[in-house]
Amino acid sequence: MNPRAPVLQVRDLAVHFRVDTGSLFRHDYRVVRAVDNVSFDVHSAETLGVVGESGCGKSTLARAILGLVSAQGGSILWQGEDLVGLSEEALRLKRREIQLIFQDPSGSLDPRMTVGEIVAEPLKVFYPSMSRLQIRERVAGMMKMVGLSAEQINRYPHEFSGGQCQRIGIARALVVNPRLVVCDEPVSALDVSIQAQIVNLLKDLQKKLRLSLIFIAHDLSVVRHVSDRVLVMYLGRIMEVADRDSVYYHARHPYTRALIESVPIPDPVKERQRARRSLEGDIPSPLNPPSGCVFRTRCPYAIDACADRVPALETLEDGSQVACIRHEELAEQWKREADTDPTATETSS
Amino acid sequence: MTEATRDAFSQALDRRTIRGRSLYVDAWHRLLKNKAAVAALIVLATMIVLVGVGPMLSDWDHEIPDWDHYSTPPSLETGHLFGTDALGRDLFVRTMIGGRISLLVGLVATLVSLVIGVSYGAVAGFFGGRVDNIMMRFVDGIYAMPFMFFVIVLMVVFGRNIFLIFVAIGAVNWLDMARIVRGQTLSLKNKDFVEAARACGGTEMQIIRRHIIPNLLGVVIVYVTLTIPQVILVESFLSFLGLGVQEPLTSWGALVNEGAQELETAPWSLLFPASFLAATLFAFNFLGDGLRDALDPKDRP
Repeated sequence: MNPRAPVLQVRDLAVHFRVDTGSLFRHDYRVVRAVDNVSFDVHSAETLGVVGESGCGKSTLARAILGLVSAQGGSILWQGEDLVGLSEEALRLKRREIQLIFQDPSGSLDPRMTVGEIVAEPLKVFYPSMSRLQIRERVAGMMKMVGLSAEQINRYPHEFSGGQCQRIGIARALVVNPRLVVCDEPVSALDVSIQAQIVNLLKDLQKKLRLSLIFIAHDLSVVRHVSDRVLVMYLGRIMEVADRDSVYYHARHPYTRALIESVPIPDPVKERQRARRSLEGDIPSPLNPPSGCVFRTRCPYAIDACADRVPALETLEDGSQVACIRHEELAEQWKREADTDPTATETSS
Repeated sequence: MTEATRDAFSQALDRRTIRGRSLYVDAWHRLLKNKAAVAALIVLATMIVLVGVGPMLSDWDHEIPDWDHYSTPPSLETGHLFGTDALGRDLFVRTMIGGRISLLVGLVATLVSLVIGVSYGAVAGFFGGRVDNIMMRFVDGIYAMPFMFFVIVLMVVFGRNIFLIFVAIGAVNWLDMARIVRGQTLSLKNKDFVEAARACGGTEMQIIRRHIIPNLLGVVIVYVTLTIPQVILVESFLSFLGLGVQEPLTSWGALVNEGAQELETAPWSLLFPASFLAATLFAFNFLGDGLRDALDPKDRP
């Protein structure tokens, strides 16, 4: 386990949305459990990767941590203080320490503001007493830190490429010296060639500023590159949390394993040889999730018992956590398969 | 280049590039580059000065007839620069006085509709849900009331008064503005940059002021430039029905109406007020177009 004290402790977090289904005269609604019973820790200067298919609640989780959507249950302990139930104003002030980087680089920048104004905005909000000169210097320093030049502050966002816009977004998030930055799919809208630049920039800045990062993505290779630990979500629930290497080499949950097997290998010979067990079907509707384990409808290893109860998130001796009632037998089964068929391990590595 | 000049040069460069500019400073510079908009600004400024001081420069009054000259064409000799109407009143002075009323109605009624409409629409759209529902049903309710009926009721209750025209027109025009602004706000508030502002710790009011309103401006300004001419025309229509300004006071709309009836015998009595009215409407339209382009950073040439 990580000996350092966690900066963020999320416990049994639940975020539910009401979806109105009533007509004009009949009031009725159903509840979507976008995030349900989610618990994890983030340590200081650590990167926690969050992966899962679209619609599994990753972005909702990000917004709940910042208090942009309100939680219906559980707690979010930020350095010991619970953010759930804080007043709007108190939450607002906490955002100096927790910042967010968005998925759509240009959409998250106001088209009518110059880049300088965009980066200066959090400063103006949190430090109203700062002089123009101080703000200007801080903004210029920030621009340089993210690899832009200070002369560009009078340009508008549409004059920049996607990668540059994302750098501006990063500068805006870091300008107030936050402790934790939540990155909501920061590279999935970018060209592959640009993704590496942005990911490496984030890694460098994290090292330099000793930031904690929550890095949300659906691209497993990106998450693997940046994360210390990885959290796998499915339909609003945690399937598995483990150190990066243990997730990628010894996935314990069938869903994690399926995700890793679906990543293409950039070697056509190996790619053709490997046995692919891709997931079938789509994510079930979150309005009507399956009983018991939410993954059971698509799980190749599901048994009848899976429908009976929600599997608890079990902590194993190496510190990783998994929510599957069959994880022990499956681990043995996969081990046997790996022994008899050496390409199988190859594919999951 | 010597060392000293190079230093001075790079310092100057630094100072120039590091200084931040805002959207409005940028927009002003862009507006000044637009020839049509600058011409429109000049026309409007001249018009305002002219209707302001014009009547004082003339020896004639807008209500007292010149007993010696009925329906005379424009001439320097008589001192009637724009001629006189059928009652012998000086058309130059009457055009200027009419301009005061028309511009005042146009600007005040538009300003009323702008202020009420933008704040009402922005609040309804931004807060959404039940607030939005109640606010917009109220707008629908007023919308359903016939305009003429509304004006006539006002006249009956409060008597004839030029300010009632402002109130009546403003009270109806802000409804359109509120609807347009609400629609825009609804689409804006779900944009990522608004959520980004919230994530950066902005308060609701800061978000409305810094992000929603500036992004509404383009649409609002175009609508305002359409509203001013529309309001001026509505006023002349009301005057024609006898509900607007009353003799001896006049407006461009009323003058055009009178002139049109004497078109064959005294064409000048249509020509002058009509060209003033047309020039003003043109100028507002060009200025509006210019402002819209200037306020949109993406449109920068």
